[in-house]
Amino acid sequence: MSMRNLVWAAVLVASAHAFAADSPDLGVPISSEDVAVWDLDVGPNGEGLPSGMGTARQGKRVYIEKCQACHGDQGIGGVSDALAGGSLEGDSPVKTVGSYWPYATTLFDYVRRAMPLTQPQSLSADEVYAVSAYILFLNNIITETEPMNAETLPKVEMPNRRAFFTVYPGKLE
Amino acid sequence: MSSQERKFTTVEVVAGNGLLNRRMFLSLGSAAGLATMVPSNATETPLTVSPWSITPGSWLTEYGTPSKFEGHVNRGPITPGPLNRLGGGSIRTPLHLLEGTITANGLHFERSHAGIPDIDPDAHRLVIHGLVKRPLMFTLEALSRYPMTTRTCFVECAGNSLRLNAKEPVQGTAQELHGLLSCSEWTGVSLATLLDEVGVDPEASWLLAEGADAALMSRSVPIAKAMDDAMIALYQNGERIRPSNGYPIRLLLPGYEGNMSVKWLRRLKAVAGPIHTKDETSKYSMLLADGRVAQFNFPMEAKSVITKPSPSLTMKGPGLYEISGLAWSGNGRITRVEVSADGGKSWASTALTEPVLSKALTRFRIPWRWDGQPSLLQSRATDETGYVQPTREAQHAARGSRATYHCNVITTWAIGEGGEVTHVYA
Repeated sequence: MSMRNLVWAAVLVASAHAFAADSPDLGVPISSEDVAVWDLDVGPNGEGLPSGMGTARQGKRVYIEKCQACHGDQGIGGVSDALAGGSLEGDSPVKTVGSYWPYATTLFDYVRRAMPLTQPQSLSADEVYAVSAYILFLNNIITETEPMNAETLPKVEMPNRRAFFTVYPGKLE
Repeated sequence: MSSQERKFTTVEVVAGNGLLNRRMFLSLGSAAGLATMVPSNATETPLTVSPWSITPGSWLTEYGTPSKFEGHVNRGPITPGPLNRLGGGSIRTPLHLLEGTITANGLHFERSHAGIPDIDPDAHRLVIHGLVKRPLMFTLEALSRYPMTTRTCFVECAGNSLRLNAKEPVQGTAQELHGLLSCSEWTGVSLATLLDEVGVDPEASWLLAEGADAALMSRSVPIAKAMDDAMIALYQNGERIRPSNGYPIRLLLPGYEGNMSVKWLRRLKAVAGPIHTKDETSKYSMLLADGRVAQFNFPMEAKSVITKPSPSLTMKGPGLYEISGLAWSGNGRITRVEVSADGGKSWASTALTEPVLSKALTRFRIPWRWDGQPSLLQSRATDETGYVQPTREAQHAARGSRATYHCNVITTWAIGEGGEVTHVYA
């Protein structure tokens, strides 16, 4: 192949590559370290749980100080959602963490990202583990001294887990 | 017999209790058709020279607002969250006071979970990461340079119409019962374009979508939907999205329950399975009669409601009226809307106002000659999949009465002798 043809071949390959990515491509590459401050989600198998730990006994203090004003004494009777007790029987089911929620990991995910309402993202990982443990304890799901951490929290069996089924991609009657 | 009465005797009655052929208004022409719809009180209020016709009007305004006489056309009253403003709440589109199919931006329904964030567009970022080859971060300026797509579609809260699950019919306007529903022309960047750029790994089948509000509201979205018709929306009805609807960018998932069209979108993470966030487990899941819980039920099924007449719009004596309303389906186009004036005993097909767009509000109309007697009005939508909007009895038989979300049952309006309209079960 002549030098001229070689040059043309190189140009063609380069163009083909450019056209294959027929897109503005205006995003800036970002590392997982740089996303970390936003990367707060926790999956049902514990994916994303940070290090740290807490027990219900420790969490009670956090709860009284940060949660009780809205969610009530021991998770009942507040102006916001009830967190403990409740039954799904009858015409007015009471959906709480204990009676309804399918995964304990959701508790950690939600408290960490959105609670307390006026100061979201202000709790430490230990505090989130501890207050999650306290809410699980209030629902008689774990004991007062059982430590919740990245290992134990995903293994908590929620009472209503088996009631949940996925509709997508099917349809509901 | 007057000439007008003679005209109506020749009009085709198509269903019980005075429903007339949907094409009547078109074929009669507006002059003859409308003659009996306008009260002839011309002699009671003789013409005068109006003050606004002999005095120059007001000066130009930089941003337009409705007439001061239209102040009642608003989204109130506000339904507060448990902690009022802090906990978020909802306000509803006044469906009964609007016409056509597009919702003005200031009247689009709102639902938020931790208030409306005041986002500086220059400081906002969208990150797409997780199971992808190249995690990328986008500025608003960068997104603005992408090819734009435009489509008209509705957004409906999954909890819209849930009051029709109540044991006794809740009295309220179409706004109060069905107003967590709006329709806009949205413009933005096709999400598939951005996903192609980051290169989603084959093992990723869901995306976590997260907002930048103080709840970091988040939902899991199937990748298949994201690649199909999802949009990163920047514009609503031609102008930048309002803060309450996601400024500067929101995810738009046409046809899916509104909560998934995450507002103030800041992050999309490709994941192998759903995250099971608070708003897809404890909320927006459906408790069925047998105790099972239906999760990840996404498209809003076909529904319709008569907006004219409807509660608060009292009919003014017997005569010819146009029944008008809205129909929509998260599974495609509306193909037929039928109306009954006898509580569901007989049905007549209505005229659908073009263009009839997939996953968008569709306006239906049919002429009705009301004889002044008590009547029960209903509408029933069918979409292109063949799905027919169910009765309340049928839906409760299938799902129970505690499912809360995705209530799309037929609404019944009762017309009383005085023309007043109330909500009933029939």
